[in-house]
Amino acid sequence: MSGKNSFEPRIIGFLCRWCSYQGADLAGTSRRHYPPNMVPVRVMCSGRVDPTFVLKAIADGADGVLICGCHPGDCHYQSGNFNAMRRYPLLMKALEQFGIEKERVRLEWISASESEKFALVVKEMTETVRRLGPLEWNRRLFQEGQRKT
Amino acid sequence: MITLTINDRRLQVQEGTTVLQAAKGAGIQIPTLCYHEALAPYGACRMCLVEVVAGGRLGLSASCAYPAQEGLVVRTDSSRVLKARRMVAELLLARCPNVPEIQTLAQEMGIERPRFHIEDEKCTLCGLCVRTCEEIAGVSAINFIQRGTEREVTTPFAVPSEACITCGACAMVCPTGAIVIEGAEEIKHRELRLGPAKAIHVPFLQAVPKAPLIDAGQCIHFRTGKCGVCERFCLSNAIDYEMEDEEVEIEVGAIILATGFEPFDCSRVAQYGYGRLPNVISGLEFERMCNAGGPTGGKVVLEDGRSPESVAIFHCVGSRDENYNEYCSRVCCMYSLKFAHLVREKTGSKVYELYIDMRAFGKGYEEFYKRLLMEDVIFIRGKGAEVTDVAETPEEQGKLIVKCEDTLLGIVRRIPVDMVILSAGLEPRQDAAEVARLFGINRSKDGFFLERHPKLAPVETASDGVFVAGACQGPKDIPDSVAQGAAAAAGALALIDLGKVEIEPITALIDEAICSGCKICIGLCPYTAIEFVCRDTTGIAQVKEALCKGCGICVAACPAGAATQRGYTTQQIYGEMEGALLAEARG
Ligand SMILES: Cc1cc2nc3c(=O)[nH]c(=O)nc-3n(C[C@H](O)[C@H](O)[C@H](O)COP(=O)(O)OP(=O)(O)OC[C@H]3O[C@@H](n4cnc5c(N)ncnc54)[C@H](O)[C@@H]3O)c2cc1C
Ligand code: SF4
Ligand code: FES
Ligand code: FES
Repeated sequence: MSGKNSFEPRIIGFLCRWCSYQGADLAGTSRRHYPPNMVPVRVMCSGRVDPTFVLKAIADGADGVLICGCHPGDCHYQSGNFNAMRRYPLLMKALEQFGIEKERVRLEWISASESEKFALVVKEMTETVRRLGPLEWNRRLFQEGQRKT
Repeated sequence: MITLTINDRRLQVQEGTTVLQAAKGAGIQIPTLCYHEALAPYGACRMCLVEVVAGGRLGLSASCAYPAQEGLVVRTDSSRVLKARRMVAELLLARCPNVPEIQTLAQEMGIERPRFHIEDEKCTLCGLCVRTCEEIAGVSAINFIQRGTEREVTTPFAVPSEACITCGACAMVCPTGAIVIEGAEEIKHRELRLGPAKAIHVPFLQAVPKAPLIDAGQCIHFRTGKCGVCERFCLSNAIDYEMEDEEVEIEVGAIILATGFEPFDCSRVAQYGYGRLPNVISGLEFERMCNAGGPTGGKVVLEDGRSPESVAIFHCVGSRDENYNEYCSRVCCMYSLKFAHLVREKTGSKVYELYIDMRAFGKGYEEFYKRLLMEDVIFIRGKGAEVTDVAETPEEQGKLIVKCEDTLLGIVRRIPVDMVILSAGLEPRQDAAEVARLFGINRSKDGFFLERHPKLAPVETASDGVFVAGACQGPKDIPDSVAQGAAAAAGALALIDLGKVEIEPITALIDEAICSGCKICIGLCPYTAIEFVCRDTTGIAQVKEALCKGCGICVAACPAGAATQRGYTTQQIYGEMEGALLAEARG
């Protein structure tokens, strides 16, 4: 990996098992192409996504995080995605304080039948993060720490 | 019981029976005019005269109003009776010489021409309508006015009456057709949807249970408190006006959704003129027309009652069209072919089928298509572009002109026809989103309910115990709907047969030692699966596993980290992420 152009972003995607995970499945069986940069992590519901998951992913070296849930009102567990919806702005605030571009973390509603949307979102997300460049949060934190001392 | 004698026959009847009823019961015919079994006896027309020869008031009497008495001896066929009856008929014929019912009556008594001054009335003044309006409808909107030769039935001051509830009972009861409800006599295509229905009717031929129901909005009893005729005449006393709608709660272990489809609304394709041009009808309306029990008695007719000489059938209306629905509705090609066959069979008219592609996919379907090719149906490969009534040539005058492109000939055509049938596609029902939400299932892109897996779980859904069958899952014909219905029923039975419910293995767990009893999770759980229990000095939250569906919302929310999710613990998810990122980094 050398130079910004050949940079391949690493994205963790938290996908709800009932909607977007199936949407991803359908994208596969429908032979839709999307970049392989996103690695899916299956969760039972977008409401299971603890904001610390996102921070942990970033700390572990992810350049971006995608959270996908069922459309509002369609959550298999009735209201799980509303929790995700409420947590997201708070998470955004925290990211801002850390100096992380908010485009790196995206929340999307994708149903089981929206394989086209799924492929599109992953494509967009990959391009956005590619443009932003590597996050390397650990290194940044380390450098910042050194500057202060 | 009372014993009386009619025409030398001894008859036993219930008290309160009239002589007319007694005679009818014994099969002795007496002509009547102003009598109706639902109304009180009136005795006005004298058509039913009989001669009492012993045991009562001797002489001629109206049998409809004469109560049967013990020892009464009556003749219905004496020369006196016949003479008097002939006179009544002759007078009636003089008043109403052009009424077929009166003509027949007079003819039966051998009267050719009455000796009296001939008028031209339709009303016989039998008063059935007036009495029906009063006794049955309970509104008395019409009555007799004037006397003698001036006597007639009308509303007060002969202006439309506000008391009239337009129930139509007067017109129905009138024996000569003197009362006409305007517009009711001709069949109008816009009524094809439902066809005529009485206030009490069997909803449709195949209804289960096949019992009549009362339309309270139409029923006179519910509107004025009168009538009650059905209750009086029902032999099994099955009529109960007090019955009310009931909401019943049933506990079930499995649910099959078979809520079907909604036909595409053809008026959305404005250029086809549906709802604007006469004789442009939808597929469903054509089906109504073909129904022997429907509004046209199974005849294929134009709005003016004529039989069509040429008919065009448009395929793919609202289907395979980016403006409406992109999908193919599957059933319309085949039902259009069926329509073509029916039109040919019933009218012999010319039939044009305008199709994009012929989708004859099922067993025996291609063969049916081949047969129609032999039946002289004209197939044009091309979508109908427009229907207009603006004629350009004399032979287009008074016709509907179908514009289309014949892609096999490579020309644009104008075809004059009498009738256009629009083969509307199938759409999800309008309430499909609501129903899907209610049962916690998904919908596919086209809006139909989504099965769990197209091949491996075609009737199951995302919600355990909820099955789908038929056109609610996607457009399909009857054989496919029935097959899916049987599969769904088998799926439901398998659950019932099991006798127990398998619960999610992925449930939440709360570590008693860590839980601080903050109760945050309790408010968040959509299934009230977390309860608060007392422990020593404080309380803690505990998961009721049988209720927990394993969404993990509480796990994400627990500030103490006391909650975990089986199969999706934080450590497991972290491990998964680390592995993924590490592999990426290495790769
Ligand atoms: C004009 C036309 C002609 C056709 N001709 C043919 C043909 O010749 N041969 C053929 O095989 N197929 C034909 N079809 C297709 C056929 O109509 C369908 O295959 C069939 O009706 C599907 O059956 P279904 O039971 O799934 O749905 P439906 O027939 O739509 O029945 C669904 C039922 O569920 C009820 N319902 C809906 N929502 C609720 C609710 N919330 N609670 C309770 N009840 C509810 C509805 O009132 C309805 O009675 C034709 C279709 C059309 C439009
Ligand atoms: S079944 Fe035939 S008419 Fe219906 S949408 Fe498909 S191609 Fe068109
Ligand atoms: S189940 Fe998909 S977001 Fe809750
Ligand atoms: S029928 Fe008896 S008088 Fe008219």
